[in-house]
Amino acid sequence: MKVGVVVFPGSNCDRDMFHVLTDVFHLDAQYYWHDKELPKNIDAVILPGGFSYGDRLRAGVIAAHSPIIKDVQKMAEKGIPILGVCNGFQILVESGLLPGVLLKNDSLNFMCEWTDLIVENNTTPFTNQFKLNDKIPIPIANGEGKYYADDDTLKKLKKKNQIVFRYGDVVNGSSNRIAGVCNEDGNVVGMMPHPERAVESEINPIDNKPSSLIFESLLVKMGIKN
Amino acid sequence: MSLESQELEELKSKIGRVPTSTELQIVAAEWSEHCSYKSSKRHLKMLPMDGPLVITEKGYDSGVLDVGDGYVVTAHIESHNHPSAVEPYGGAATGVGGVVRDILSAGTRPIAIFDGLRFGNIEKDKQARWLFKNAVTGVADYGNCLGIPTIGGEVEFDECYENYALVDVASVGFGKRENLIKNHAKKGDVVVLMGGSTGRDGIGGSQFASDSLETEDRSAVQIPDPFIEKLIIEAIIEARNEKLIHAMKDLGGGGLSCAVSETAEALDIGIEMDVDKVHTRESDMHPDEIMVSESQERMLIVTSKTKLKKLQSICKKFRIGCSVIGSVKFDNNVHVKKGKKTFAKMSADIIANATLLDLPSKKPAYLKNISKEKKFKIINDYSKIMMKLLASPNIASKIWVYSQYDHEVGIRTVIKPGADASVLRLDNGKYLSVKIDGNPKQCYINPREGAIGCFEEACRNVVCTGAKPIGMLDHLQFGSPKDPEIFWTFLESLKGLTDFAKDFEIPCIGGKVSLYNETPAGPIKPTPLIGVLGLIDKKPLIPQKIIEGDCLVIVGDTKDELGGSEYFEYIHKFIGGACPVVNFVDSKKNMNSILDLIQQQIPKIAHDCSKGGLAVAVSELCMTNKIGCKVSLDKIPGDKLTDERILFSESHSRYLLVVDKKNIKKLENILKKNKVSFQSIGEFSGEKIQFVNDTKSIIDLRVDKAHKTWINSLGDLVLHA
Repeated sequence: MKVGVVVFPGSNCDRDMFHVLTDVFHLDAQYYWHDKELPKNIDAVILPGGFSYGDRLRAGVIAAHSPIIKDVQKMAEKGIPILGVCNGFQILVESGLLPGVLLKNDSLNFMCEWTDLIVENNTTPFTNQFKLNDKIPIPIANGEGKYYADDDTLKKLKKKNQIVFRYGDVVNGSSNRIAGVCNEDGNVVGMMPHPERAVESEINPIDNKPSSLIFESLLVKMGIKN
Repeated sequence: MSLESQELEELKSKIGRVPTSTELQIVAAEWSEHCSYKSSKRHLKMLPMDGPLVITEKGYDSGVLDVGDGYVVTAHIESHNHPSAVEPYGGAATGVGGVVRDILSAGTRPIAIFDGLRFGNIEKDKQARWLFKNAVTGVADYGNCLGIPTIGGEVEFDECYENYALVDVASVGFGKRENLIKNHAKKGDVVVLMGGSTGRDGIGGSQFASDSLETEDRSAVQIPDPFIEKLIIEAIIEARNEKLIHAMKDLGGGGLSCAVSETAEALDIGIEMDVDKVHTRESDMHPDEIMVSESQERMLIVTSKTKLKKLQSICKKFRIGCSVIGSVKFDNNVHVKKGKKTFAKMSADIIANATLLDLPSKKPAYLKNISKEKKFKIINDYSKIMMKLLASPNIASKIWVYSQYDHEVGIRTVIKPGADASVLRLDNGKYLSVKIDGNPKQCYINPREGAIGCFEEACRNVVCTGAKPIGMLDHLQFGSPKDPEIFWTFLESLKGLTDFAKDFEIPCIGGKVSLYNETPAGPIKPTPLIGVLGLIDKKPLIPQKIIEGDCLVIVGDTKDELGGSEYFEYIHKFIGGACPVVNFVDSKKNMNSILDLIQQQIPKIAHDCSKGGLAVAVSELCMTNKIGCKVSLDKIPGDKLTDERILFSESHSRYLLVVDKKNIKKLENILKKNKVSFQSIGEFSGEKIQFVNDTKSIIDLRVDKAHKTWINSLGDLVLHA
């Protein structure tokens, strides 16, 4: 199975994600620079965190116009699993692949802290190994992480089961404490917290197992693991 | 802000003619205190710089340590005090950028940032609050964007920094030894300027930083662009992997002038360059401006003509500027041209080697009676005093600061900010522990012992994680060296650091001197800042959760040493008293014993006892673990002292250990065998922090109440005061 890690100018979690995919989960991963094409035979795509284009104008908005995004859109239509983490989530939202928008945190500060996520949808390629309401201790690190959508969109998200993760607590002022959403088909998932920072026990002071299930879900989806 | 008259005469006699205006600008930048270390250099030689793990390469701004298995760690420390005092956001951000490029210059990837921030009294002074808030945002915005975790540091407030700021930034790099850049140049090599464009920002920055801050010269402050720096890092790592770099230097203080002349001098070559080839932000810049501009995010690279094409294509990929500005010559001259016209042509040796000064020094008059104590007001309620201390800006939790820094990116951070020292995992299975420490209050009272104290405290912190100190960075920050009394305090601090470094065999692997730190009210207190790097071969001691029944043990003697303590200065508003003195023999014994115990996995936590004394150190353990503890003051080893002195003395070489009851015998046996002064002083249980003397209660506080105050007070002060 081949996983593509898309790298934009200013991405800075690409190497961390690559390490987790290859060294922890033994997947075949490959970097793809933003102006390249994604090969047809790719099985999953991950947009890692960082500050693409230095977060100029608005986080993710410039990267959303990169050549590679057209390929990501095609993959999304084909039902291939796509995960955007932090800046990757912001890019998916800005490119229209996911609903809503990410605003400055209520504190107006960058926030780096550990928080609890609650699983709200366990049918996506990245959450199929969870039980509903499972708790995931995980770090966030962002300045523009407050998820916002208007009331109609929020209603629709709820109806179509597109809310994937919520924060256990009020963290940054996100609408309905939303931390991650998916598209209607469920194959494109975006989340603000960083699962790649929580899967190794050495750097996870709380419990690394729940975050690992995000990657193990993908392995199960791909038929690599039962 | 330029050459002094005798320096101009000296220059004239060295080159045998009147210098051109460009030559004057170049020499003024390079002979500034900031670049030349002319006041301090002859004395800095006393520090031991060699050790079994030290790797020496020519032309490096950072120190290099061999951490085994073919890997190296690099480290450097810098300050950006003058710019930050005028424009704290840009000053702090470009401070981060500069030190990160020093790490990159060696060919290593920067893996961590540390910041030491100092301001005036933020409880009273709005300006200090503004400086503090913006400096933190500056460090955060720059480091976060680079994807380099800021994992440690310290923040201190003292009235001596009123209307001023000390912004110190250290960085650590990691890489393979074989990838280190062996700075060299071959015949026919070209000189490339890579990165951001050269503009009119930071003009004369190094001279600005080498004088007292009299005017707010904003054009001397550089403008940060972390996005370009991130692209430079990735481009250089790619170029390094492809072996395209013969020599490399970052552009910092003095801009092109210093980078070109120092490269020429270090490699014993000449460089001929054309200012028309430099990519600039503005079209009408004069050669003088181009030569001394301190625009950020630029690197000077020497490469061969054949490798140049590949280097250019990497720069194209990252869309960063890459101009061939000159070529390598073998005449040792720095030759600056604009088209065909020569604007400067001088020997690099002359430019890069300012005449070193031998300044006079004299023991300051204020020290004569400083150790005498005054009569203090009698305190009846120490619980109340304790709450006041926990809320005080110097002791309160710094979570408001480090939660704004991405301290997880890079997924190396094993021990996160807020603990004693931060610990990073390395690719060879070892761990690096780093801590920076300063203590201007103690250094003011006793420049020598204070400086040694900072050094020992940083060592204690890395020892608490199970690391053996392997290298030290020093950053010496003082007022004007032309004042003999200030220069005396500089020399005393330096001698103290040297003695400790030699005795403990911890080499100084890098450092920086920042002088002329003067506020409108006078010079700052002597502020040496010491960074210590420690190596852990096997497993770090990651603090474990304290549970009911765990025992508290103190190692080391508590002495009558309250001079410069938070208790004297914050509670009694008194500056003076006996400065804590490190006893080298006890210090070493205690350090080795703690490392011994950690290696045998006996303690659950080792915690350093420092600012605020025993009372604060115990409270920190209780608050972070949300559990109470009852401590018997009558059991504390050391001098026979009153309760308040035991609680708040800041004697060095002391450690608190949390130990599971079943391990206490083992622990006692080892400590007894090592002839270390120690005592079991309490047990964890309940919900209260309690200090008693025999049966008398001295402090009685609810942990939750103390925690709420300690964790929130700094943020509340910044946001709501």
